[in-house]
Amino acid sequence: MPETTLQPVEAIETEPSSSFWMDAWHRLWKNKLAVFGLAIVAILSALCFSEPFLCRHVIGFTYEQQNLVLGPAPPSRLHWLGTDPLGRDLLARLLYGGRISLMVGILATAVSLTIGVLYGAIAGFAGGKLDMVLMRCVDILYALPFTIFVILLMVFFGQNIILLFVAIGAVEWLTMARIVRGQVMSLKHQEFVEAARALGLRRRRILLRHILPNLLGPIIVYATLTVPEVMLLEAFLSFLGLGVQPPQSSWGVLIKEGAEMMEEYPWLLIYPAVAMALTLFALNFLGDGLRDALDVRASKD
Amino acid sequence: MLRFIARRVLETIPVLFIIATVTFFMMRLAPGGPFDTDKQVSKEVRAHMEAHYGLDKPLFEQYLLQMKHLLQGDLGPSFKYPSRTVNEIIADAFPVSLELGVESLAVALVLGLLAGMIASFRQNSAWDHIPMALAMIGLCVPTFVMGPLLISAFALHLDWFDAAGWFLPRDRVLPALTLGAFYAAYVARLARGGLLEILNQDFIRTARAKGAGGARILLKHALRGGLLPVVSFLGPAAAGLLTGSFVVETIFGIPGLGRYFVTAAFNRDYFMVMGAVLFYAVFVIVFNLLADIALVWMNPRLRFE
Repeated sequence: MPETTLQPVEAIETEPSSSFWMDAWHRLWKNKLAVFGLAIVAILSALCFSEPFLCRHVIGFTYEQQNLVLGPAPPSRLHWLGTDPLGRDLLARLLYGGRISLMVGILATAVSLTIGVLYGAIAGFAGGKLDMVLMRCVDILYALPFTIFVILLMVFFGQNIILLFVAIGAVEWLTMARIVRGQVMSLKHQEFVEAARALGLRRRRILLRHILPNLLGPIIVYATLTVPEVMLLEAFLSFLGLGVQPPQSSWGVLIKEGAEMMEEYPWLLIYPAVAMALTLFALNFLGDGLRDALDVRASKD
Repeated sequence: MLRFIARRVLETIPVLFIIATVTFFMMRLAPGGPFDTDKQVSKEVRAHMEAHYGLDKPLFEQYLLQMKHLLQGDLGPSFKYPSRTVNEIIADAFPVSLELGVESLAVALVLGLLAGMIASFRQNSAWDHIPMALAMIGLCVPTFVMGPLLISAFALHLDWFDAAGWFLPRDRVLPALTLGAFYAAYVARLARGGLLEILNQDFIRTARAKGAGGARILLKHALRGGLLPVVSFLGPAAAGLLTGSFVVETIFGIPGLGRYFVTAAFNRDYFMVMGAVLFYAVFVIVFNLLADIALVWMNPRLRFE
């Protein structure tokens, strides 16, 4: 390791590098709300992603299986959360929709992370003119009314789910780029980077192997907080009729359908809304907890 | 300060130009045209209509033509409402959206700042936990759930308000609450965080040691620095209040600009879309600029940069 060659004494005195993550884990574990959030997210994701299995063996209905004779029925022993006007089982649709919503949340966040981290890291690491130009672009992009562009994209190029990820991801990367750039700027003058440079490592290697791992904390925190934002945006688009298309469902679609019939069939609004709100709650608590656990600045007080 | 403002205003010109260009080519390259969705029209009629609106010219020529018109402040005709120009439609619909936005912003600021100030001043007590729990709920319940829930509770069951419409002053209450709730929650969290950071600093301890009372410390010493995060949020928030109003306008049947914009996009009403996009863009930019000016004014450290 480059650190050890330059500062052998300190390197011996410092604890093994995993201790930062162990400390963070302990801090997170002590935060009851964050653990609660983590548990909720884990349980809901497990349920939603095992939807095909659950539908076949536990619920007994698929998300698109209609029963027009039955129509909209309140929760019962056969249909635990009731059915919609086409007689489709709400629980199956909720799980399927959750899978779509979570997938959009995760994949769109991944898209925005990839763009934002690379962009910010390059800007911060390069510095000088390139940094100025790149960040000027971000400033300009901040001024664009992005919601409008996402709506235009979805209207004009069809409601394609891949496009949905890309469109949302392309909107959400700006803040990530700013955060990463700031962190990289403060890291790049530290000794271990100079040491790596003195060893003659290529810039790309220094950036990817030595600087980026130190950014994991802020990146994880921000990603956790981006997922609920993205899910809200997806739901918003679905509400406008621009999200996933029937017979597929997402929580946004289910909420929209439920809101239209909330007086007659309240369960159609209540369960999807609760599922969505609970997930957003859990992710936000988890994100706040992670921030307290990982962020050096916040852990001072 | 004047130079800063002048630079920012000058910067908006390329931004608006980029937005107009992107919007133009995105609309034109997309499949479908403004006269597709109508009932079957004969080829001649269609060609005639396209010629009337100049849509038969080469794309680049159309682009130059539209840019020229935009520079003159002429947003063009609407395909969907042939008797009205886009300028007229915006002039009619925008005041409604503006009123809703301002009222929601007032809701957000009053509720959010009060909650944040109380919570930060009584940290880790019930005065802190209860408003922050409410704020978390506000953040997690989407507008399109909040709206129907409020309608169901206050309009249908309690019968205090009408379920939809935009006629009487009391019709403003539910939409403003629906739209403002999310932002109030955000403001509350930001205000609490910002104020806590300031309240832990040395100069506050000094003020306390000199015998300043709680209210004086909060209002005179902490507020200016502690509200910086709120102010920088307000620029994008004001823009969000305008764009977020799509949903609220749909739910409550409010004749605002948001609904026109969405239907225009669906109808490929080219000039209407362009007009609405540019209009919103100008608003976003102006609000961001105002927020930045307020930030510089509130934070002496920034004034020298």
